[in-house]
Amino acid sequence: MKKLRRTMMFVPGNNPGMIQNAGIYGADAIIFCLEDAVSITEKDAARRLVFNALKTVSYPCETAVRINHISTPFGYDDLDAILPAKPGIIRLPKAETAEEMLEIASIIEKAEIQYGFPVGSIKMMAAIETAKGLFNAAAIAASHPRMTAIAIGGEDFVADLKTTRSLDGKELFVPRSQIVLAARAAGIDAVDSVFADVNDDEGFMAETTMIKQLGFDGKSVVNPRQIRMVHKIFAPTAKEVDYAKRVLAAYEEALARKSGVIALNGKMIDGPIVARAERVLAYNAAVGGH
Amino acid sequence: MLVLKKPGQAGTVESNDILIAVAPGEAGTGVTINLTSPVEKQFGAQIRTVIGETLAACGVADAVVTANDRGALDCTVRARVETAVARGAE
Repeated sequence: MKKLRRTMMFVPGNNPGMIQNAGIYGADAIIFCLEDAVSITEKDAARRLVFNALKTVSYPCETAVRINHISTPFGYDDLDAILPAKPGIIRLPKAETAEEMLEIASIIEKAEIQYGFPVGSIKMMAAIETAKGLFNAAAIAASHPRMTAIAIGGEDFVADLKTTRSLDGKELFVPRSQIVLAARAAGIDAVDSVFADVNDDEGFMAETTMIKQLGFDGKSVVNPRQIRMVHKIFAPTAKEVDYAKRVLAAYEEALARKSGVIALNGKMIDGPIVARAERVLAYNAAVGGH
Repeated sequence: MLVLKKPGQAGTVESNDILIAVAPGEAGTGVTINLTSPVEKQFGAQIRTVIGETLAACGVADAVVTANDRGALDCTVRARVETAVARGAE
């Protein structure tokens, strides 16, 4: 089973208290933010804080750093400062072209060689936050073997669309689906946007249920309270696990009998259903289920 | 060796942070550290050591440091000293 990315929690890059405690909440990944969560006058301080934390704190999960875009005065300095600490992932915000990802991949490779890290060990992910980026999402997702996930940045995307964000998210339905398609075509993960109202649990859970149904692998979160809710929604139910076990048992029995046709409770079982059952059981094992 | 050109400051007085102010010291006077910390009794010596080592790693030999600690980890102390020095060297 590949790495789970049900929750990727944003942590402001210039807040030592949040940075040092970020690992205790059980998120699958932590994203240290050097971009929107850090004021322009504190970019230098945040880089050094995140670098030193990555070098010192043993985080029990995947670590990512959201750099500033390389078209800003900060992006290249972010990479220079952070790469020696070997983050798990470099996340580029407002990604719009595959060329940007190739440029970052080349900088990462130079750093890996310079600091003696295995080449390819630092991954990349891109956040799509504009219409232009969405039209290039498939190319961005497939741009380089380092690409491990593609995300949608909902707030910026909605601003770019010149609309507002609604609770049911209809304005993001098409972009979200296209992000999932781009991710699946490239064989990487799709991660949904944050849900900003940390006091609206009901809305958060409804949105998480919806994006799971769309095919997303996980969701960005801004508050540790949201982590458990996402993990609960993403966990296979006992009924799903039981059904998956029975599908595989029927499949194996049919294989043993060299039977071409498999049925379970009167329903035909074919390749995609077997594959889905295998995925459910692998996922259940990965989240600690039985 | 790095000579500070002006005072530099980094950090905050929020919990788990440390506010570091570095000022150029006269040549040959070494490093002076004025530390305030709620955990001075137990960790004062350690915080001073980290500040001193970080200054040395940055190449700063003469400086006056004012440190207002709020329970920062060593990695935070290092980061704030490095940033204050860089700002003072600009």
